[in-house]
Amino acid sequence: MPSLKDFRNRIASVKSTQKITKAMQMVAAAKLRKAQDAAEAATPYAKRMAAVVANLSSSMKDRPGAPALLVGRAAAESHLIVVCTADRGLCGGFNSNIARRAREHIARLEREGKTVKILCVGRKGFDQLKRLHAKKIVETISLREVKKLDSHVAAGIADKIVARFDAGDVDVVTLVFSKFKNVITQEPASQTVIPAAESLDAEVELPDLKGSAYEYEPDEEEILEVLLPRNLTTQVLNALLQNAAGEQGARMSAMDNATRNAGDMIDSLSIKYNRMRQANITKELIEIISGAEAL
Amino acid sequence: MDKLHFNLVSPERELFSGDVDQVTVPGTEGDFGVLPKHAPVMSAIRQGAITIKDGGETRRVFIRGGFADVTPDGLTILAEEAVDCADIDPAKLDQDLQNAREDVADAKTDDTRRAAQIAVDRLEAMKAALSA
Repeated sequence: MPSLKDFRNRIASVKSTQKITKAMQMVAAAKLRKAQDAAEAATPYAKRMAAVVANLSSSMKDRPGAPALLVGRAAAESHLIVVCTADRGLCGGFNSNIARRAREHIARLEREGKTVKILCVGRKGFDQLKRLHAKKIVETISLREVKKLDSHVAAGIADKIVARFDAGDVDVVTLVFSKFKNVITQEPASQTVIPAAESLDAEVELPDLKGSAYEYEPDEEEILEVLLPRNLTTQVLNALLQNAAGEQGARMSAMDNATRNAGDMIDSLSIKYNRMRQANITKELIEIISGAEAL
Repeated sequence: MDKLHFNLVSPERELFSGDVDQVTVPGTEGDFGVLPKHAPVMSAIRQGAITIKDGGETRRVFIRGGFADVTPDGLTILAEEAVDCADIDPAKLDQDLQNAREDVADAKTDDTRRAAQIAVDRLEAMKAALSA
């Protein structure tokens, strides 16, 4: 039977937890706005880039000698899954959802008899995947030291991916991340980035050239050679920015829930505490009265 | 007179979107001017300044790496980095350039030297763009 003092201690500890979750919620809300702005500001570039790549690839796709980054290799045996998660926890099911999506994807590929390699961006993905797939994880990139997500960070990751592709280490590369739909919904998604032709959005409208042919300076091959890695960078950046916004959104709602739960808990503990206090007073009174009567 | 629809976007944000008279682009194969109704061209860009002319006004923006895409709808420049020349402080630029040169001289490994050299090239191109 807990004593009155135990109750007082419980209530005090839940109250301080509530203060922490409340603060975390407010911090997440402030960061969310920034992350959302960054994600939105990057959209025009990503859209234009997609249009340019779609445009170029539509003319290059069926030609022999098209770059492997665009059309892929004949033997799509080795798959690289780039799992982008957050570096911190306490954001509800955000990281678990991405990890689950990745696990499903890996299981499907393995049933088809493919080799799977994993590149973790963000520590939480590594933590969740290492139990089942530790041997497949080839590299983990932490974003902890990164102060601002920009194209340099994304380019670093994209370079590593391209290096592995060029070395013949992997044939197909898929990004797994969380799409930021709105503040309360994030949706885990996977996107094939190499070969690039597979990820092209069917909705991208090709510009109407009105009969005239495109000129390329320098030629198409050279442009594609530079354009495709940059396109990969853009897609990685997009995934990271969406993740960053999603993480803050998920943390905000998780912490909002936690704050509310702590409030409920304080209420029910206070009721128990007061009942017990009154019971104790009543008991003492009865003792005094019956003691006086006995005299 | 027809106007050219021009978009300048960098990975972080959209810097310019609107109708202008003319844009001069530093292509890898040489500078070229884009006027309304230009033939469709796709060109890689070297680092340098683009010149945007609209009415009597001229605006210069330093860009590094990227592509210019001319379609009948207009011109789109995808730049890896873009800074408005009006925002560049010449004194600070000189200071940065000097620091970067010292970095090259102090570099101990090939990798750091290469990285520092890239920084110097970038700043020199920026300076050239500013003085032109």
